[in-house]
Amino acid sequence: MSGNKEIKNLKAFSTAAERFEGSHVLCPGCAHSIIVREILNATNDNMVVSASTGCLEVCTAIYPHTSWDTSWIHIGFENSSTAIAGAEAMNKALRNKGRIPADEPEPKFVAFGGDGATYDIGFQWISGCFERGHNMMYVCLDNEVYANTGGQRSSSTPIGASATTSPAGSTSYGEKRNKKDMLQIMAAHGAPYVAQVAPNKWKDMAKKIQKGFDAEGPVYINAMSACTTEWKFDPADTITVSDLATDSLVFPLYEIIDGTELNITYRPKNIVAVRDYLAAQPRFKHLFTPKYEYLIDEWQKRVDAQWEYLQRREEARV
Amino acid sequence: MNSKIMELNKVEVWDGNMAATQAMRQADIDVVAAYPITPSTPVVENYATFHANGYIDGEFVMVESEHAAMSGCVGAAAAGGRVATATSSQGLALMVEVLYQASGMRLPMVLNIVNRALASPLNVNGDHSDLYLTRDSGWISLCTFSPQEVYDMNLCAFKIGEHMDVRLPVIVNQDGFLSSHTAQNIYPLQDKEACDFVGEYKPLNAMLDFSRPVTHGVQTEEDWHFEHKAKQHDALMNSTKVIAEVFAEFEKLSGRKYNFVESYKMEDAEIAIVVLGTTYESAQLAVDKMREEGIKAGVVAIRVFRPFPLKEVSDMLQNVKAVACMDRSAPGGSVGALYNEISGALFNSPARPLLSNIIYGLGGRDMTIGVLCDIYRDLDAEAKAGKLNGSIQRFVGVRGPELKYYKV
Repeated sequence: MSGNKEIKNLKAFSTAAERFEGSHVLCPGCAHSIIVREILNATNDNMVVSASTGCLEVCTAIYPHTSWDTSWIHIGFENSSTAIAGAEAMNKALRNKGRIPADEPEPKFVAFGGDGATYDIGFQWISGCFERGHNMMYVCLDNEVYANTGGQRSSSTPIGASATTSPAGSTSYGEKRNKKDMLQIMAAHGAPYVAQVAPNKWKDMAKKIQKGFDAEGPVYINAMSACTTEWKFDPADTITVSDLATDSLVFPLYEIIDGTELNITYRPKNIVAVRDYLAAQPRFKHLFTPKYEYLIDEWQKRVDAQWEYLQRREEARV
Repeated sequence: MNSKIMELNKVEVWDGNMAATQAMRQADIDVVAAYPITPSTPVVENYATFHANGYIDGEFVMVESEHAAMSGCVGAAAAGGRVATATSSQGLALMVEVLYQASGMRLPMVLNIVNRALASPLNVNGDHSDLYLTRDSGWISLCTFSPQEVYDMNLCAFKIGEHMDVRLPVIVNQDGFLSSHTAQNIYPLQDKEACDFVGEYKPLNAMLDFSRPVTHGVQTEEDWHFEHKAKQHDALMNSTKVIAEVFAEFEKLSGRKYNFVESYKMEDAEIAIVVLGTTYESAQLAVDKMREEGIKAGVVAIRVFRPFPLKEVSDMLQNVKAVACMDRSAPGGSVGALYNEISGALFNSPARPLLSNIIYGLGGRDMTIGVLCDIYRDLDAEAKAGKLNGSIQRFVGVRGPELKYYKV
């Protein structure tokens, strides 16, 4: 059986065959494993998976153990995209030459990277892969920080967050720059499909992953991955914090098809305040002081403006 | 074999870059991921042209940097097929990280390095600073001295690296411009002959074999890393057997004999220089001139730079009185790499020739037959005096005050 896997409910999910084994050493409450598992469970097809150096890699492939019951490769920090592109090119070559029989179903090629590997050090490699149009899916596990090495800032770290290389202090509110907008950048590459997903909205996510698998060409998925260790919330609260992220619209869930057709895929019934999302994470606790309260107001305005922009884009179809 | 055959003349006129590309074409590579850089650019251009004209059945991926080129090669090789690329100098420097990953993951592939100086100052001409940058990378490293050898070593490289007892990546070095852009007569094999020699690619732990999922590029710390690196070194050291077999098989096919260490008139030589690259050919002419002057000169050239043929070099230098190790790379605060290797090779042997280190030819500075003759005359004088002339290391062919180091 090949193609998309039909998943009706969470129970079906929990009993679906797993190619990502439960045995790994990711932190309790880490969203990475939820996301990876959902992606690997979205298809019945064979998969070649790559991971950049980072939490996912160091926690799932510690010799002599592996958590991967599928073809898997890690090369370096910056090149999980190009590693999978190389494998995809080899697949094409071997099929053209008849060394892989034509009736053997096409496998899926999926690269994982953290936001450090995606927004920062691996940006060029991803851009190259998308420009060349490899048939692959790149998934950014976006926890807005270099979590594997103890919480240094990346260009995904949002303004006001305290990270070890942009710490909040008596003269600083922490990170000074706004988060880079990767989704728009990847859409601008002419990708047939890009989408933002979150583990708390698992049906939305499964649908988008399957849409991505059905697309021809490079697909970019930005997956919000709430980080219990660096966002400093209780490990039991991963989904609660994820709900706050999507319901406050800090992480709006949407997709862009062929660079133009933007669809908002989740509209919260009750939009919660950005303040509530920030308050759930001690990485922002210094903002809740008279000196820095204005940053929370600014953030709310940015989120409102972004939401307005997305709705207008959705309507305008440009 | 590629579906479209290129009929070749018995003698073709190719430069080193074309020689490399023709061998790559004949090897029926599955994936080439490459990025152009002077002086290896024509390898990538030639390959693209072959591809555009239907002579290549495999995939040709023009990536956005040399780091990506090697990353793509690693991904493709792990997927399970034949892989190659080419680079030089800064490009090599950019891909060094992935060189270690390719060898550590035991992935056979062929990398043509058209040797060029490393900046700064920026320089496009030939020296061996990029070759030396690969010294500890765990790749087999073959040296060539002419376009014919570039062609021959490329065919051998695939066969060596892909052998089940080896499974390591292989570098083929050639001098930038002196070999890469110098057209010479080449005696190629016909496509079928060449392809049959290289043989079919045999996959091992292929990612595209889904019946047996494999995890490539794992994490190891102090508990397992050492064992992995030790096994890797062991494979590299033991590759000599396969290298010798492949050289012998190639000789049977082509009539051209290759050795781990090449030499000219070393049988009765009293003084010798040890070189890499095209200097070997110039040195042979200098040796003939010296012989006319009654000086028994010889030259030794390293063919297999890694694994380094310690014993073969030592054996060759047992009867000489003075040896100059010629390093075409800025030594960076020590003696040159060849000097290091040769002194190491000789230390546990009975021979104690005078051993000096000459730094020459940086950034493409010519090494002429005249200068080589001067070096031989100096060596002869040292041999006769029974001691080095003041220092172990000196720079030859550089303007300004004389540069000598490690006074003796």
